[in-house]
Amino acid sequence: MSRKAVGDDIWKNNVEKINSELFTLTYGSVVAQLCRDFNNNYHEVNNQLDKMGYNIGLRLIEEFLAKTGVRRCQTFKETSEVISKLGFKIFLNIQPTIENWSADGKSCSLILPEPNPLTEFVELPITADDKIAKELWYSQILCGVLRGALQMVQLDCDVQFVKDVLRGDDRTELRLKLNKILKDEVPAGED
Amino acid sequence: MLYSILILNKAGGLIYQNEVNPGLNKLSTNDYLVLAGSLHGIHAIGAQLAPNIGDKTVPASVEEFNRNQNSSIMSTFKAQSPNTNRSGLQNIETSLFNLYIFQTVTGLKFMLITAPNPAEHKGELNKQYDMAHELFRQLYMLYSDFVMKDPFYSLDMPIKNPLFDTKVRELVN
Repeated sequence: MSRKAVGDDIWKNNVEKINSELFTLTYGSVVAQLCRDFNNNYHEVNNQLDKMGYNIGLRLIEEFLAKTGVRRCQTFKETSEVISKLGFKIFLNIQPTIENWSADGKSCSLILPEPNPLTEFVELPITADDKIAKELWYSQILCGVLRGALQMVQLDCDVQFVKDVLRGDDRTELRLKLNKILKDEVPAGED
Repeated sequence: MLYSILILNKAGGLIYQNEVNPGLNKLSTNDYLVLAGSLHGIHAIGAQLAPNIGDKTVPASVEEFNRNQNSSIMSTFKAQSPNTNRSGLQNIETSLFNLYIFQTVTGLKFMLITAPNPAEHKGELNKQYDMAHELFRQLYMLYSDFVMKDPFYSLDMPIKNPLFDTKVRELVN
């Protein structure tokens, strides 16, 4: 694997690519297995996916910073742009759109474009009650990843899904809310 | 000539130390921990001691620099240096050794101890500095690939990963 100097194209040279179907199918088996393990207690499945994502996010942020060289953002708006244009692009090759800013500029929605790479071949099973469609957030792992990664750069955030095409909604929407900036933990020497 | 590589977690604890080339006095593990902790503290104090010329203009320019760099990365998709150590201790140059410090947005610190600037490069002080910073960037990438992706590594704990050792050795030789 070649490691190039500063100024190199991130997408071409620094990002490892894998087969997207393998990725989709692997994630699908994880979710399906969790559903079995927790006897279709979908709230618990959401929790577990979130926790897994959180642990991924705590580590993934280092790769993101190392490979892009992104600096500390001055506003949450800038943060959201970096997440969508660079973060999602590098790791999932999609660029969600950002809209629905709250008046205080502390929360916004990320609209994941279709096809969502996590759900490309997925259909929720049709059962007598539509418990699964009401309770399971299939792509919940993304919320955890964002929460974990943002926490490592001293941003305490809440992340959750509010809409998912899989459930029959018109689009897949993630809500991002900044609780507070952990100023005490910002490393010395940055400014 | 590179003597030693140190990695500090965000609390200033030494999590990795590798003497890639002999030449330094041998220190005990405990001494290395003390050294790392002291440098962590001096780095932070350095940031406090930095002169405040023009008061508000200095921080403003940092913010602008960060913003410009981010927007340039987003529009061109070209990688930049991930070093965010701007007002802390950055390097020490002595007649016996040089020390360089690199810090990431997450608070991780990488340190290099090298031989002093070679005599033939007098007046080219920046050269070794630039080389050190390219090395930092690559070390950070190795760390993100081989330490962060090791499922048995727990965050902020000492790195005992033979694969990472091998990659570091390949990088510096």
